Amino acid sequence: MASQEILREEPSRGSFINDPRVRGIFFQALVLVLLVAGVWWVTHNVIANLTRLHIASGFGFLKGRAGFDISESAIAYSSDSTYFRAILVGFINTVIVAVVGIITATIIGFIVGIGRLSHNWLIRKICTVYVEVFRNIPPLLVIFFWYSGVLAVLPPPRDSINLPFGSFLNQRGFYFPRAMWGEGSWLILVALLLGIAMAWFVARKARQRQMATGQPFPVFWTSIALIVGLPLLAYALSGFPLSFEFPKQSTFNLVGGFQVRPEFLSLYLALSCYTAAFIAEIVRAGIRGVSAGQTEAAAALGLRSGSILRLVVVPQAMRIVIPPLTSQYLNLTKNSSLAIAIGYPDLTATAGTVLNQTGQAVEGVVIMMAVYLALSLITSAVMNVVNARMALVER
Amino acid sequence: MKHIAIGVLGAAAFGFAASAASASTLDDVKAKGFIQCGTNTGLAGFAAPDDKGEWKGIDVDFCRAVAAAVFGDGTKVKFTPLSAKERFTALQSGEVDILSRNTTWTINRDTALGLNFVGVTYYDGQGFMINAKKLPGVNSALQLSGAAVCVQSGTTTELNLADYFKANKMEYNPVVFEKLDEVNAAYDAGRCDVYTTDQSGLYGIRLTLSAPADHVVLPEIISKEPLGPAVRQGDDQWYHIVKWTYFALLQAEELGITQANVDEMKNSDNPEIKRVLGQEADTKIGTDLGVSNDWVVNIVKAVGNYGEMFERNVGSGSPLKIARGINALWTKGGLQYAPPIR
Repeated sequence: MASQEILREEPSRGSFINDPRVRGIFFQALVLVLLVAGVWWVTHNVIANLTRLHIASGFGFLKGRAGFDISESAIAYSSDSTYFRAILVGFINTVIVAVVGIITATIIGFIVGIGRLSHNWLIRKICTVYVEVFRNIPPLLVIFFWYSGVLAVLPPPRDSINLPFGSFLNQRGFYFPRAMWGEGSWLILVALLLGIAMAWFVARKARQRQMATGQPFPVFWTSIALIVGLPLLAYALSGFPLSFEFPKQSTFNLVGGFQVRPEFLSLYLALSCYTAAFIAEIVRAGIRGVSAGQTEAAAALGLRSGSILRLVVVPQAMRIVIPPLTSQYLNLTKNSSLAIAIGYPDLTATAGTVLNQTGQAVEGVVIMMAVYLALSLITSAVMNVVNARMALVER
Repeated sequence: MKHIAIGVLGAAAFGFAASAASASTLDDVKAKGFIQCGTNTGLAGFAAPDDKGEWKGIDVDFCRAVAAAVFGDGTKVKFTPLSAKERFTALQSGEVDILSRNTTWTINRDTALGLNFVGVTYYDGQGFMINAKKLPGVNSALQLSGAAVCVQSGTTTELNLADYFKANKMEYNPVVFEKLDEVNAAYDAGRCDVYTTDQSGLYGIRLTLSAPADHVVLPEIISKEPLGPAVRQGDDQWYHIVKWTYFALLQAEELGITQANVDEMKNSDNPEIKRVLGQEADTKIGTDLGVSNDWVVNIVKAVGNYGEMFERNVGSGSPLKIARGINALWTKGGLQYAPPIR
């Protein structure tokens, strides 16, 4: 930018061919024309050749009946649903594993990252080993480790391991009782939302009061009381509408209850563990990036170590942490496509099956690319907003 | 899968232009000196490497037969192992010249996918296999409601499975993998109760399990699975060569021409045998097709006739011990029938 401004101040001399502005525009236009021509040529070539090879093309196939079943679906799906819905099921599965994976990876990553800076030798070394192990193994192997090494060696359904609260663990997955919400349970949800809203309001008021008068207020315990207490009250008032459906043994599997399949479990654990190793390093770098003088100055002001971390170090570290954290979130989302190796029906798997059943390879791949691109762009957009809020406000 | 898919895009962008310019598959094949044959990644009896690393099976032998017809040498063939999901893309994009991978002939594949199936080298049907030791009471597929079923994705099997359970108002949990090895491993590890694929495949897979004797194939056959080789549309000559190679294998069996007696048979007095083996004077039986006149001799020398190929790979001469059944010649009450070679 700066150099352009400097150039602009000089009056253009001689032929316009030597004018840097004209040249700049010319070359930009040239690149644009080449790009458009290239895209056009590729598109044209694909269409012409698909026609020549008598392969049907276009996206009309998405309305056809899928005809195959999918093991895990968050929305209603059967073999009578359309191909579009099958791809949608896969997309939602990808989003589910990405979101819970990102949350878990972030939690593990922060714990391990801070652990690496601990004064306790054992904690520090355990965290170092964790990071070095998971960071240096390809994610696919981590997935196989969980799938074939941990979950596949669990006992068969007939000899399930009994866990507390009517839960079971076997090689078909983790089963736990499903909550059956009876009549009037909407009241509980309303109470929960009300509790959260009130807790937020109380916290705000308490902060304002502390700013104004210096008197603290037990925000934490009040919030807990509101968020837990209100729904409990509503539960009692509406006549205890909650019951549980317990998993039971049948001829083949456990039926009833809620099942978390080993495919999801191993993918989720693998992605979380793998990405957490990178996040830990990012967090460590972020904390190290805050100069020791800040901590010392805060200590000199009389803050306790917890408050120093919470009020002084972490807010500054976050500015360093968030941009590379975004890349890790994107990596996790994209790595979820490795699910295909263990049969978790994510976007790549279902779109791949659709691609194969219909033979629409080009369209199928285009859909997959577009969806992953959109997913990544949305993730970065969200993280950019977070980053903007965290950024140093310069006055 | 991914690299194939990317390959298609790449090929779509650049490669197709090249293949459009060149003349025909036969010329391409002759120029490179071998046939690229798409096969299964490993299915006993159809396409699987043996302990010496040599591919064995009906599907690979069929490709050898085509190589023998084209080059007079059954070894001039290279194999590309393909998963169920990769196979059509590989053929469409020109990565393989023939797809001979226990693939079911359907109308959708013949039309929307731009393929041409040449015939049925194996009449099959979909079946179910269970571990009888773990599930002692089960002896019919109609008792399978609630079971976890292992199946390979992107197959007609996957679709038939959904149809069958729906038609019989039963429920099941699909456990779907892309690669055959992954399905086998999952079934062997007990991830699912039932394995479903073509019945011939089940017999082959059973041999590879850790305790083959524990597993039984249930009696029900729930679909028609005519398995056969396919080629790309738009090259009639190549389509005819592959198709008539299949018919020649059947015709040879019908006429009693075997790998052992083919040289004697050349001197036979039977005019039909002489004609088929290209021993008539001024014959154009092979050259019209684009191959040499003794192409049937070459085929039979390389792999034997259809019956020999069957017995060696899946029949009495193999560990699978599958009976000829409907795969017998029409003269013996089966479905295998070749139009006359004349």
